[in-house]
Amino acid sequence: MSSDLIVGIDLGTTNSLVAYMQGDSPVVIPGADGLSLVPSVVALDEDSQVIVGNAARRYLIETPERAVYSIKRLMGRGLEDIQEELKLFPFQLADDLNEGEVLRIKIGDRTYTPPEISGLILRQLKRNAERFFGAPVTQAVITVPAYFNDAQRQASKDAGRIAGLNVLRLVNEPTAASLAYGLDKKKNGIVAVYDLGGGTFDISILKLHDGIFEVIATNGDTHLGGDDIDNLLIAIAVDDIRGDLGLDLRKGARHNSESVARIRQAVIEAKIALSLQPTAKLDVELPDGKKYQREVSREMFEQMIQPIIDRTVGPCKQALKDAGLKPEQIDEVVLVGGSTRIPKVRRLVQDLFGRVPHTDLNPDEVVALGAAVQANILGGGSEMTQDMLLLDVTPLSLGIEVAGGVTDKIILRNSTVPASATQYYTTQVDGQTNVAIHVLQGERELARDCRSLARFDLKGIPPMVAGLPRIEVRFLIDANGILRVSAREQRSGQEAEIDVKPTYGLTDEQVENMLLESYDYAEEDFRQRQVIEARQEADTILTVLAKEKKNQAWRELTSEERGSIEALEKSLLDVGRGDDYHAIRAGIDALNQSTMHFAELMMETVVSATLKGKSMDDTGIEEGPQSGHPVAKADFE
Amino acid sequence: MANAESKSSIILAGQAPEEATPGCWSCGTMRAAHFCSACGKVQPPKPVDYFTFFGFPRKLDLDTAVLEKEFYALSRRLHPDVFGRANDQERAWSLEQSSMLNDAYRTLKDPIKRSEYLLRLEGIELEEQSKQATEKARATGELKKQVVPPDLLEEVFELNLHLEELRMQKKMGEDDPALLEEIGKAKLSLEEKHDALVNELKTEWKEWDESEDESTRRKALDKMLDVLNRRNYIRNLLRDVNEAME
Repeated sequence: MSSDLIVGIDLGTTNSLVAYMQGDSPVVIPGADGLSLVPSVVALDEDSQVIVGNAARRYLIETPERAVYSIKRLMGRGLEDIQEELKLFPFQLADDLNEGEVLRIKIGDRTYTPPEISGLILRQLKRNAERFFGAPVTQAVITVPAYFNDAQRQASKDAGRIAGLNVLRLVNEPTAASLAYGLDKKKNGIVAVYDLGGGTFDISILKLHDGIFEVIATNGDTHLGGDDIDNLLIAIAVDDIRGDLGLDLRKGARHNSESVARIRQAVIEAKIALSLQPTAKLDVELPDGKKYQREVSREMFEQMIQPIIDRTVGPCKQALKDAGLKPEQIDEVVLVGGSTRIPKVRRLVQDLFGRVPHTDLNPDEVVALGAAVQANILGGGSEMTQDMLLLDVTPLSLGIEVAGGVTDKIILRNSTVPASATQYYTTQVDGQTNVAIHVLQGERELARDCRSLARFDLKGIPPMVAGLPRIEVRFLIDANGILRVSAREQRSGQEAEIDVKPTYGLTDEQVENMLLESYDYAEEDFRQRQVIEARQEADTILTVLAKEKKNQAWRELTSEERGSIEALEKSLLDVGRGDDYHAIRAGIDALNQSTMHFAELMMETVVSATLKGKSMDDTGIEEGPQSGHPVAKADFE
Repeated sequence: MANAESKSSIILAGQAPEEATPGCWSCGTMRAAHFCSACGKVQPPKPVDYFTFFGFPRKLDLDTAVLEKEFYALSRRLHPDVFGRANDQERAWSLEQSSMLNDAYRTLKDPIKRSEYLLRLEGIELEEQSKQATEKARATGELKKQVVPPDLLEEVFELNLHLEELRMQKKMGEDDPALLEEIGKAKLSLEEKHDALVNELKTEWKEWDESEDESTRRKALDKMLDVLNRRNYIRNLLRDVNEAME
């Protein structure tokens, strides 16, 4: 039954996957191209059609301003905190962005918010699943990095909604991986999941006990991953090129961004090769036929990336500390994420935890497989999964800003979710009917050093003397790790209305609009494409006709015929400027009809010219059907 | 049929269970804390204390293995994931119940938190958490000052001097192994005191748990308060030391 179809989705920085539970084990659902991985790349083609996945990758090189990758890095974030990202990634922002607003990215001549772009990727995965099942898919479990904050999580949920998916649960990626691992191994014990993906790093420590997966502590870095390794190598290549060839690719001309995109591709291939071979070669074509060639040894590579990899050590140590455990007490270490294929990373993990990490599971697929297991659990569970339960935690402390700009922590990090806290507020002024609360996430003392989560405006407080109202505010972090707030004035029993201004996020209304828009867009896009194609066809015909009028066959037509052709020519010219597809189509057909005799006459001229030894060029006739010769086109239609 | 429970506001520590127990909203039977004993349906959360939530007596010496087992068992039945297909109301109740379950488990699992919680239930507040101190601190923007336990005065004074010195040195980029050694010794001494206090706490637990006499129990609570205050103080101090030494 299609209503039972719940899929698990890994919405990754570099690649995304969709999976489901097939009988006893989870499997990845392939795309139309038969591949499991859908690159998280979105592009607009020449006709402003949206292209997602493998087909979009070439646009990264050919028309980089019409393509975007690693959008996950921008989810739930604001203008001020992506400044570093902007230096390293070719993201083009809309010109009129303000602080605290949701970001907007330019792709071609359109702008999209990060949730919309992620939504397009999710929509592709949804379609892949629907094609596979031959039935609609409307429910999903989507994974997020464990260290994602509230805004980043909400953005991920919004993306699902925009794609037409009911997101039943957000699952933390390391926890999902542990589900796939636990399903496979069925052992009790303490497991550490080290997840180094394209853009994010998570370390989670879990206790597996008779089917219960209890997260004890989690830590990470949401801007640390394979992308950073790539960027480092790109920077080195760009420096090399500036030194060796005197070419500064960082200066903005269009073919420079193409060159940088080529370098990026080469660097990624080399990086992957170096996991299997001791050396790799960079070979990049640059503008003006120049080439950049360089051999990289694994040794050199490891030296270069050491500082990046080292950044994973701090979070690991903190997680162990928070868990109250020593490395020796960890029974198993599981590796997740493509970047854990790098031998240097494996050695680092081995050193940190004092044991050889578990590498049986495919690090690219394990998160999606785990999400599929959770999807199965939520759907009622099967024999395999009926004893399984995930107990996850919130990664960051939740606090309220109080007088003095200090954060008052009300829910501590690594608290099992759902988790709640209650605070009491009152009014400062007689008759005050609103109270404002600023909620933050983070471990620092000062509010300004923490992440602003949202500002809540409690409205509808019955007017009383200052200090009299007793407003009970309940903060609840749900199983997705997302905050909900409810408030009640206790003396009157009145529920306060809560106005939420999410920082860097979309309001519910905006999401709803995008949902409809994305459906409308599809319609709109299709119609637009039709119009564009018709116009192109009209253009071609008119151009060809203009040339053909120089042909002597034109003079052989009656003045009536010429008149009627020219009238239709003018009419098509007019209609071709407009948007009416059917009118353009009709104009094209009418013109074709009216020039049939003319075309015949021209063919006779060719024949006789050929017989006389003249070439096709001399007769002034365009070659072949491709050029849009009216009659020839009619033949081949 | 169902007696709709009043809006499920989260428990306030110190609230006693209601007198009248309403019937199960689904089948009408007198209900248990979490599930109807007759039909098994989840119930709206009652504002009970954490001990009652687990069905434990209000005693401090708790078998954490048993607690964990109960926690897992209740989680399997109360967690929102298990209510994926239930109606909205049941899902809302499961969310509240499981957040209470998690809060209760977190508090009872840790011996210090458990003790502090019991004191709160009995109407006794720790210094650190006293509302007055908190409000004053917020108003002035200063950190709350704790009263130094008299027998630690000298030790604390000396240690704070050393820490100041260490911070200055760090600023200058200097390194003084002798100073570090002094501080290391002080840290060890504090850690020992900390552990001793925790043991003392457990002794008082026995007094509370086993005595029937009201005044004995009261005395036990007072002693626990004192031990916990001192332990908190030393814990904060150790935190300062660790920070300074990083």
